[in-house]
Amino acid sequence: MRALWRVCALTGALLATPAVVLAQTAEQAQALRTEIDQLKKDFDAKLAALEAKLAALPGGAGAAAPTAPAPEAPAPTAPAPQQQTSQVPAGAGGAGGASASLPVYGQATGGSKIFNPDIAVIGNFIGATGSNQVAPAPSLQMQESEASFQAVVDPYARADFFLAFGEEGVDLEEGFITFTALPGGLLTRVGKMRAAFGKVNSLHNHVLPWADRPLVTTNLVGGEEGISDAGISVARLIPNPWLFLEATGQIFRGDSGETLFRADRRSDVSYIGHLRGFHDLSESTNVDLGFSYAYGHNPAGLVDGVDVGRFTTSLFGVDATLRWKPLARALYRSFVGRAEVIWSRRDQFDGLQRSVGFYVSGDYQLARRWFAGGRFDRSDRADQSSIFDTGQSAILTYWPSEFSQVRGQYRRTDYGVGPTANELLFQFQFSIGAHGAHPF
Amino acid sequence: MRRTIVILLSVLAVAPSGARAAGELNVVATTEDLASLAREIGGDKVSVVALAKGYQDPHFVDPKPSFILSLNRADLLIAVGRELEIGWLPPLLTSSRNAKIQPGAKGYLDASLNVRILEIPSGQITRAMGDVHPLGNPHYWLEPGNGRLIAQAILARLGELAPADRAYFAQRYADFDKRLAAGEKRWDALMAPYKGAKLVTYHRSWPNFMERFGLEVIGYVEPKPGIPPSPSHTLELIDEMKRQAVKLIVVEPYFDLKTPKSVASQVGGSVLVMAPSVNGAKQATDYIQLFEYDVNLLAGALKQATGK
Repeated sequence: MRALWRVCALTGALLATPAVVLAQTAEQAQALRTEIDQLKKDFDAKLAALEAKLAALPGGAGAAAPTAPAPEAPAPTAPAPQQQTSQVPAGAGGAGGASASLPVYGQATGGSKIFNPDIAVIGNFIGATGSNQVAPAPSLQMQESEASFQAVVDPYARADFFLAFGEEGVDLEEGFITFTALPGGLLTRVGKMRAAFGKVNSLHNHVLPWADRPLVTTNLVGGEEGISDAGISVARLIPNPWLFLEATGQIFRGDSGETLFRADRRSDVSYIGHLRGFHDLSESTNVDLGFSYAYGHNPAGLVDGVDVGRFTTSLFGVDATLRWKPLARALYRSFVGRAEVIWSRRDQFDGLQRSVGFYVSGDYQLARRWFAGGRFDRSDRADQSSIFDTGQSAILTYWPSEFSQVRGQYRRTDYGVGPTANELLFQFQFSIGAHGAHPF
Repeated sequence: MRRTIVILLSVLAVAPSGARAAGELNVVATTEDLASLAREIGGDKVSVVALAKGYQDPHFVDPKPSFILSLNRADLLIAVGRELEIGWLPPLLTSSRNAKIQPGAKGYLDASLNVRILEIPSGQITRAMGDVHPLGNPHYWLEPGNGRLIAQAILARLGELAPADRAYFAQRYADFDKRLAAGEKRWDALMAPYKGAKLVTYHRSWPNFMERFGLEVIGYVEPKPGIPPSPSHTLELIDEMKRQAVKLIVVEPYFDLKTPKSVASQVGGSVLVMAPSVNGAKQATDYIQLFEYDVNLLAGALKQATGK
């Protein structure tokens, strides 16, 4: 290996030399010439030695591919590992001559496929029966097909893309780079992402314990999409002897949801702050607490497309999650209780609207494949805090396997304005491709 | 308000990060088996934390934020590999903010690279086969020979991370090796009468263990890896056990005993809960005790079943 490097260095020196020669006097040129001859001789000798070495290697052919390092431990008793660790393909040696085995993404067979990202597609089909005249959903819809592409970028970062294919258009749900090796323990993300506001806002549809999103998200946090925008996120652990504490600060362009944030000028960025505390009460029970803040310009002041009002919205959120999962029975029993309260202060032409909304939910695992849950919702409307909606849901979920899920949800919504809605939602979710991590 | 929060966040950002114990290597192992082996080699020069408990299914572990704190301070992460931890380790690693233990770095040790791996699928595999592991069966630590190879890999890596303590580690390894070899002699002798005996296991956790002691697994309670028992498969299993006169069902402590017990009663056999990992049973306190416990338990049960 070292010999190979020397050869490379010598080649580099040889290439660089002619340019220098031009600038020298004849004498110096002569001196250089002899030097070059010497280098050439050295080079030839070393090359010959190297070739001989390569030829002596088992398997003879000895292409210029970097060779694997000698195993640290005695040779395994089976030839197994050879099939597992993919070698660096020939010609990939440039970047510092990587010579160790690489992580295998998926089951690549061809050399170039090794670097393909992990790909998965999650289908989310929703059906609705019953009546809802305020916010009617189609009877049957393929609400979303989420394609994810995830891989390590380089030794310093990884990238994650989530494309949401609706029935009509494609939307970049998230696409960001995460720098994993920044000094100071700063976990930095750059790209488009769901904001770290509260708990459900950061979750993708397919990991929610319900077929829909809570009313408070729809009413106060920018509609179904929630806060999702292009920006920069920095998160840091706050060391302390008692609990896991993480502070996140995010700056976004300021366009989120249809009615939440809208940037009219470059300076209209939105800010998100989030503090998360986590503590294990015992090995089977833990609590997760979050405090969130969001600030940005809202579209209430728009008149004929010009933001004359310059109004802003501030959101405050508190979320709490209690999880119980006895480790030895973890496959069969678990409980997650969750509550989130959000306060909204929205400035608009008719004055400041102070609204509040919350949901409380619980999900209990009855058996390996069965989950039962309930949710209660109540939320004022952001632009008219005197009107509030309430909702109640009962949910039953069945998992044929880790990779698919069938869910039924009965939902009753009492709207502040309009007739009460009684609906039965049913949902099919299925995932193919790389085995994604289970969210926590 | 906005300014206060920005200031608060910047103060938090410059606060000093966690202090480290001086001179000690912080080792995090994903399972208690790897943790036990790391303790054998590292002795009091390392402090070892295991993420998954021995009585927990290592395929399904919640990536709790408290694990992030351990990983954040780690100098070395030892993983089982073969995609055993694929469902929970990657997000923890990303959030660990620790460049030292990212895959490819010196502080990341995939313990499976030098060991004997069984059941590597060949040809096309799909999820119709259940939750198959495309890189082979990850329960390879359940064979003392593999344990020795893992210990060697740990020895080499600890030596790289703490060159000053190389001699200490080597001496600890030699001691462990001796005790393991003595154990192997005992276990082989205990199991010798039952070579060729047949049994059933719940999940495919035991191929290395069974191969080592010459036992034959004729079926599984799970119809496919990771798929819970189904009535039709259970009937087939009962028929097959009756046909081959198999009386013993080995179950991991984290699976439900209902189906195995009903199968056992149908065939007049018994259910044996063995420890698949260190601390999977009270007596299995370390890597050597794990085999001591399992082998004694299994040999006792086989003695009853075969009358040998």
